[in-house]
Amino acid sequence: MLGSVLTLAFERPAIDWHAVAPELTLLGFGALLTLVDIVWLERGRAVVSALASFGLLASMVPVLTLAWDGADRSTFWGAYVVDDYALVMKAVFLLAGYVVVLLSTNYIAEGDYWENEYYQMVLSAVLGMVVMASARDLVTIFVALELLSIPAYLMATWRKRDLRSNEAGLKYYLMGVFASAVLLYGMSLLYGATGSTMLTDIDAAVSGDGAPLAVVTLGVIFVVVGFGFKVSAFPFHTWAPDTYEGAPTPVTAFLSVASKAAGFVALLSLVFVGFWGRADVYQPLMWVLAAASMFGGNLMALRQTNLVRLLAYSGVAQAGYMLAPLAVAGESLATADDALSSVVTYLAIYAAMNLGAFAVIIAVARRTASAEIDCYKGLFRYSPGLAVAMTIFLMALAGIPPLGGWFAKFEIVLALLSPGTAWGVALGVIVAVNSVIALYYYARIASHMWVEAPPESADFDTTTPIKPPTSVSAALVITGAATLAFGILPQWVGHFTDVTLVVALPG
Amino acid sequence: MTDFLNDWGLTLVTFVPLIGALVMMAVPAAEEKMLKQLALLSSLVAMVIGGLLMLDFDYGNAGALQYVVDARWIEVINSRYILGLDGISLPLMALTLVVVPLCVIYSWDHIPEPGNPKAFFILMLILETGMVGTFVAQDLILFFVFFEVVLLPMFFMIAVWGGENRRYASIKFFLFTLFGSALMLLSFLALFFLSTDPATGESLRTFDMRVLTEVAGAGILGSTQIWIFAGMFIGFGVKVPMFPFHTWLPDAHTEAPTVGSVILAAILLKLGTYGFVRIAVPMLPEGAESWAPWIGLLAVIGIIYGALGCLAQTDMKRLIAFSSVAHMGFVMLGIATLTDFGINAAIFGMVAHGIITGMLFFLAGSVKERYHTLEIRRLGGMLVQAPRMGWILGFCSMASLGLPGLAGFWGEFPAILSAYSPAEGLPVETFRTYMVVAAVGTVLAAGYLLWLLQRTAMGAPREEFADSDDIVDVTRLEWISWAPLLVGIILFGVAPGLIFDVTDPAVVGLLASGG
Repeated sequence: MLGSVLTLAFERPAIDWHAVAPELTLLGFGALLTLVDIVWLERGRAVVSALASFGLLASMVPVLTLAWDGADRSTFWGAYVVDDYALVMKAVFLLAGYVVVLLSTNYIAEGDYWENEYYQMVLSAVLGMVVMASARDLVTIFVALELLSIPAYLMATWRKRDLRSNEAGLKYYLMGVFASAVLLYGMSLLYGATGSTMLTDIDAAVSGDGAPLAVVTLGVIFVVVGFGFKVSAFPFHTWAPDTYEGAPTPVTAFLSVASKAAGFVALLSLVFVGFWGRADVYQPLMWVLAAASMFGGNLMALRQTNLVRLLAYSGVAQAGYMLAPLAVAGESLATADDALSSVVTYLAIYAAMNLGAFAVIIAVARRTASAEIDCYKGLFRYSPGLAVAMTIFLMALAGIPPLGGWFAKFEIVLALLSPGTAWGVALGVIVAVNSVIALYYYARIASHMWVEAPPESADFDTTTPIKPPTSVSAALVITGAATLAFGILPQWVGHFTDVTLVVALPG
Repeated sequence: MTDFLNDWGLTLVTFVPLIGALVMMAVPAAEEKMLKQLALLSSLVAMVIGGLLMLDFDYGNAGALQYVVDARWIEVINSRYILGLDGISLPLMALTLVVVPLCVIYSWDHIPEPGNPKAFFILMLILETGMVGTFVAQDLILFFVFFEVVLLPMFFMIAVWGGENRRYASIKFFLFTLFGSALMLLSFLALFFLSTDPATGESLRTFDMRVLTEVAGAGILGSTQIWIFAGMFIGFGVKVPMFPFHTWLPDAHTEAPTVGSVILAAILLKLGTYGFVRIAVPMLPEGAESWAPWIGLLAVIGIIYGALGCLAQTDMKRLIAFSSVAHMGFVMLGIATLTDFGINAAIFGMVAHGIITGMLFFLAGSVKERYHTLEIRRLGGMLVQAPRMGWILGFCSMASLGLPGLAGFWGEFPAILSAYSPAEGLPVETFRTYMVVAAVGTVLAAGYLLWLLQRTAMGAPREEFADSDDIVDVTRLEWISWAPLLVGIILFGVAPGLIFDVTDPAVVGLLASGG
């Protein structure tokens, strides 16, 4: 027995080095950061942030060359695929990571936290996401998920001496591990039912009549629920508000954008490659999850008094919008394309506008030391630039043209209506109704900033403009420009996010 | 010159105000004078370009879209940047281009509390871009974007510079209109997916309004059209506002600063009725036919309800706001007949209401400035204290109640008349009943307007204001900003053909296509 295992010759897969170049670049910079820490010790602190952001941008280079090359690549026996979809998502992750590093620079340096380690964690988590975008195999997906989650648990509890940060990290960790367990169980069921971990094989097996329906159904449900935690869909969102509030704000920005997007990327790969043929199983599930997330998130957001918690709940609702197209994705190949493009578009635009909102929160918290909505009263009077920026981001999240968010929502509704089914139309109406509910709390913040006078009892200066540090300003400019550009010239983002995943199975 | 206008005219007239706003953002807030000049300059430049377009417009061919621009915009959804001007758009675009500079002039020395002329004028210019863009856009998605662009500036105008209850009023305005436009967007998408080419039966998948008007709902079942029309009905109906979606209007008007009210009444409300005329009715003829009696019903309810509402008001501005509900009811009644006669009357009504009610809101603002209240029972004797203003108020009230010879008449009277013979297929008896009810509405209108005039302008001045130094007659700035509107009221009243001749070919063409 043992002999037979030993004689099993290890066959090294043919590796397409160009295809994995972005990951290798990231890995290289992660290693470089470690070296800097070991060799330079404290002196290294001055450069780590710059090095990390440079690493993220440098990793964009191979992504661009791959896009330039244009050919779809597949390596590791098909478990790792580089196509337009993967490249767009990699670009989103890398750029979002870059903005998060910009947001973190002053926060981490001034808080006297472990800077070097922090940026290593960021790079590692981004690496996990970048891998996730290409993963087309259950094991690779799981490895990518853990690669991004474990650093994220650590980052959430980065303010070690703060009780809330500890609570945030612990909650996130416990819920995350629980979700991983659920996910693994689902994956094991799928593997058991289909005999393969490759998504394409799984699709072929579950689409036919051969696979046991009950096992497949359970597998799909468990997998979707596992990722439901990651993307904070209702009712698996319970960790999000506490974690968002307690974690350092740049980390919250990272979790709410990049980590959520990574969960969606995995879900998209699973749905469009793995079980696309089983629309009867995942469509109703997605419908319920989407509708519940939209209503749940928006209704709970209405009563929040803390802006970060509010954004946590609004993030639940946003997850609902993004889940919605998956509820019709299996109707036809054309619908599948529409649905995929719409979610990818949403993720890209959402990254810009949500990171922008957090950039303002970080800038304002430097003055007010709080994210309570009341602290935003009268912001327009003493810091009009930040108030206008925040208004732009919030109204973009609400989906008011001509700001980026409208096109994201538009694509979602377009995908929902395209098959012309009653369920799709009903979900489209739910999206429309929820946009109005959401507008209420976004507009309320806007009117706090514009209408009210600055609080008189405030223990902070309400007369001079807030001057954000350079890196935060840079983040604001990047995200603001993207939010406006995506809204006025949606073709810029639409051109890249017009991707496809489903390949019609023969027969 | 003509070539330049053909290619760039409409784009420029739409975006010059926005460019002005962007330039103003770069100017420090302390340079108040320069900011005001910039605002005036950009709105005047837009007006001049609009004037050139109107001079160059081929009136013999007013039914056709002119100065058409058709460029790539969002290819992934097959939406294009299409602008065009025809006889329906032209009067409304002209109205916008005239009213905004007048508002800038009017606000020159009285930026409402809490000041900040920079932000105030920037918002006004963004509003102008949105409004002009809506009237010239010929692609549904472009239309939608412009339609929504006006929301944010108006929200902030009410929320920041409004009266006491401004937070409530502004959010209510925002939520109502967004709810409507969300449903409207769903309807646009339904049109996108369901419209087919009558020749080949293939799905068109286009947002091009010219094409969609041409096919006029071909391939969409009547029952489906009813649903799609319902979405647009709510979207445009909220904006008009039609009874029962009107409740945001009195609040918004009462709280809004003077020029906010003027722009809201003169132009924003027209976006809704324009949507009916341009999009809902021609693109979904069967849906329109099914809905027309109900639209007519809600229109006459609006007329009567608005008039009764007016009679019950104690606040002058709120009264004018309710009168808007009634007047827009006449416009909607004209549209509901689905005849070219009725729709022509409706467009005239839009322009006339824009000028007259805009003027009334200007007056209300000036009254508030002098008396520091708009409570009707505390006002009185304006003809004694500020005779010119009192006379202007009288003049505008007469115009508003539809006195023949003034612009208001041509908005109301033909609309009522058109209900006598609605389009084929509509219940004639029902519409004739509406006609009678609407006619009663004009009597009520005369009632509340004359009563308003009597209580505010006539009699002796109240004791509390008898010696007030604030009460002066019309100032120079007011003359400048009011004179064009007053001239318009007389001009269009005496020569209604100025508008009817422009709109008629376009309306006839719109109704004739497809059907």
